[in-house]
Amino acid sequence: MLFPAPQSAKVPPRVVVTGAGIVTALGLDWQTNAEGFRQGRVAFQPVTLFDVSRQRVKSAAQVNLPSDLPSTRLSKRQRSRLDRAAKLLLLAAHQAWNQPGWTPCSHLPVVLGTTSGGMSLGETYYRQAIERPRNHHRQAGRVIHYQPQRHGLDLAGAFGFSGPIFVIANACATGANAVGHAWQLIRNARAERVLAGGYDALSQLVFSGFDSLQALSPTQCRPFDAQRDGLALGEGAAVFALETVASAERRRADILGEIVGYGATTDAHHLTQPHPQGDAALGAMNAACQSAGLEPSQIDYVNAHGTGTPLNDSAEAAAINRWAGAHAPTLPVSSTKSSVGHLLGGAGAVEMAVCLMALQGQWLPPTSTLREPDPAARFPVVRQPTAAKLEYALTNSFGFGGANATLILRRWP
Amino acid sequence: MSSIVIAGLGVVSPAGWGLLPFCESLAKGEPLSTKELSRPGVSRPLTIRPVPRAAHRPSFMTHARLRRASPIAQHAAGAAIEALGADISRVNQQPASLGVVLCVLSGGVNYSRRFYDETLKDPTAASPLVFPETVFNAPASHVAAILGTTGINYTLVGDQGTFLLGLALAADWLSSNQVDGCLVVGAEESDWLTADAFRRFERRIVLADGAGALYLKRRTTENAAIELAAITNSYSFSSRSARIRAAHAVRAELPGAGPHYVLCDGMQGLARLDAAESLAWNDWSAPRLSPKTILGEGLAASAAWQCVAAIDALQQGHYRAANVSVVGCNQQAIGAQFVNPNFNG
Repeated sequence: MLFPAPQSAKVPPRVVVTGAGIVTALGLDWQTNAEGFRQGRVAFQPVTLFDVSRQRVKSAAQVNLPSDLPSTRLSKRQRSRLDRAAKLLLLAAHQAWNQPGWTPCSHLPVVLGTTSGGMSLGETYYRQAIERPRNHHRQAGRVIHYQPQRHGLDLAGAFGFSGPIFVIANACATGANAVGHAWQLIRNARAERVLAGGYDALSQLVFSGFDSLQALSPTQCRPFDAQRDGLALGEGAAVFALETVASAERRRADILGEIVGYGATTDAHHLTQPHPQGDAALGAMNAACQSAGLEPSQIDYVNAHGTGTPLNDSAEAAAINRWAGAHAPTLPVSSTKSSVGHLLGGAGAVEMAVCLMALQGQWLPPTSTLREPDPAARFPVVRQPTAAKLEYALTNSFGFGGANATLILRRWP
Repeated sequence: MSSIVIAGLGVVSPAGWGLLPFCESLAKGEPLSTKELSRPGVSRPLTIRPVPRAAHRPSFMTHARLRRASPIAQHAAGAAIEALGADISRVNQQPASLGVVLCVLSGGVNYSRRFYDETLKDPTAASPLVFPETVFNAPASHVAAILGTTGINYTLVGDQGTFLLGLALAADWLSSNQVDGCLVVGAEESDWLTADAFRRFERRIVLADGAGALYLKRRTTENAAIELAAITNSYSFSSRSARIRAAHAVRAELPGAGPHYVLCDGMQGLARLDAAESLAWNDWSAPRLSPKTILGEGLAASAAWQCVAAIDALQQGHYRAANVSVVGCNQQAIGAQFVNPNFNG
C-alpha cells in the first residue's frame, strides 16, 4: 500500500548514496567526470544533433554517446528503441545500479527528474505527421517512447526491478527534486532503497526555446561574471542508488556520501524570472538547512545553480548573501555549468554528483571561465582547482515556473 | 498519525466549469456530445470532447498569469480554486502552507506544437512568449501564483494512474507536517496532435480535456469529511499481459464489495482498452460508476474525475465506501479507497 504509510521511526533513518553514475559532455563515467570537474575543463562543441544554422547560438555541451550500450536485461530490439535521453539515463543508471551490488527486486521506487523526456521522438513524430500525414511508419512506437514514464519502465526492465515510477517535471530544479523526493521516501519509511536521478538530452525545441528567449550566451557561459551574457545548454544524466545506512551496512556496501537535507519552495514572482532578491531561493536553502539541522556557517561549499544569465546569477547571489550572512565572505561558491552547460532536468542530479566528488576528493570544482567576478556576489567564486577540507556541501537548483530546490550532502567518513 | 480527509473538490470537464454540471452529467448518464477537430493534411476530422466556454468568464481568468497561458493552465486553475473554496484566503494570506501536486500525461501540448512549428519554419521568429508555456510545470506555476502560495509544488508526469501517485505524495506531505493542506490536480488540454497519437491505439477513442482537483487536509474536529482510506501499490506494466496482472493486483489489494460500496472504474466502453480492468473487476456485484463513458478519455484529468465522482457519491450519503480503479494506458495500475465515516446505512 502506498497509503496509509507504515509507522515511521521516531528518528528518521540516515540516507546514504551507495551507487552513482554520471554522463556529461566531459565523459561517460565517474572518474573522467571527477577529473574534468576538478580541473574545470570546458566541454562545449558545435551542435550536430539538429540544424542550428539559423540559430543565434550554435554550440552546446553535447555528449559523445558510445556506439554500444552496456549489457542489461533489455533485448537488442528494446535497446534499438531507446531514444537519446533514454540512452543517457541508462548509461548513468547502469553505473549506479552495479556499484552497490543491488539485485533484481520488487517494490523498489524509481524517482526521475526530466524536463522533456523523449522530446527528440516527439519532434520526429510531429515532422512526419505534418510532412507525410498518411505515413504511419513507426509513429505508434514514438508515441509510447516519447513519454518519460517509459524511461522509468526501461530502467526497471534493464535491471529487473519493479515498483512505483515517479517522474517529476519541475523544470531545471527537477533533478534535485527527484533526489530530494527519494530522500523523503526513505526518511518517511516508504522505502528502504530508491533509485533516483535526473536527465535530459539536447533537443531542437528546447534549444530553440532558450535561443528565442536570448538566454543562450553568444560568447561563453561565465556564471557570476560581471560581464556574463547567458547560459549554455548541455545534456547528460546522473543517477544514484540511495538507501538507509542500515541497509548499506547489512551488505557492507561502499558509501559514497550522505544526503542530510532537502528544501523546496516556489517562486511565484514570474514564470521565467526569479524574484530579484532571491526570496524563494533563500527559502529553499533555509528549508534544507532546517531539515539537516545545520546553520549556514557549517556549509563548506555551495554548488550554485549559476546559469550565467544576468537575472539568475544576481538573484542567486542575493539569496546566498542573505542566507550565509557573515559567513558569505569565506564561503566558497562555484557553478560547474561553466564546464558542462545547463543540463536542465539533469542539472540538479549532476551537480549533486559534483558535490559528492568534491566531498570524496576534498577539492573545490572551479568556475574556470570566470574573468571578472560580479561585485554583487559577496562570496568568493572558486576559479582555480583548489584543495579544501569539506564536511558539508550544498547544491542549488532553480527552474522555470519558480521551482527551487536545495540539497545538502555530507562527506562519509 | 491523523487521518487525511478530502476538504474540497473541483472540476472543469466537457460538462462545464464546476462540480455541478459534472455531477448533473453523470447523473443523466448519457455520453456528452463530441466536436470535430481538424488535422492538417487529412480530410477526416478527429473527434474530441472539449471543455465548453464558460457562460460567465470566471474572475480568476483575468489574472495576469493567465493572459497568455494555454487552456491546461485555465483548467487547472479553475479546478484548484473550486476545490480550495473558502480556504483560498488562508492560503493567500499565508497562515496556511499549501502544497500543490499537478499531474499530467500530455501537458501543455498546444503551445509545444505551436512553438516547434515556428522553430521548423524560422527559428529566428519562434515566439519567446510561447516557449515558457511549453514547460511541463507552467500550469502548476500559474496555479501557485494565482493562489499566492510559495510552498512545495511538484508536477508529476505519467499515465492516468499518476493522479493517485500524486494523492499518495500529498498524503505523505500532510502526514509529515510539511504542509497544512495540499491540492492534487489532474489536468489536460486537447489538441489534434494528442488526439492523433491516441487514435493509433484505438480508433474509436474520444479524448476529453479539463481538470479535476482534490484538496486534502489532516482531519481536525472541524472537518467531518470523506476520508482517504487507502492507495494501493502502483503496479507497473509494459505489455498487455502484464497490464492484466497489474489490474488484478490492484483488485486484490482493495477491499471486496461490502454492503453500500461503490466502484468508480476507468472503463470507457472500448473493449480492447477496457479488457484488463473488466477482467479484474468482473465479480464486482455492487454499483459502479464509469465517468469516462460519459466524459471521454481525459488522461490525467480522467483519474481525477473518477475520484471526484466517487467522493461526491459518498458525500451524497449513498455509500459507505468507494473504490477507485485506474488502469493507465502505458505505465501502471493503481487503486484508491475513500470512506464516509459518518455513513449511517
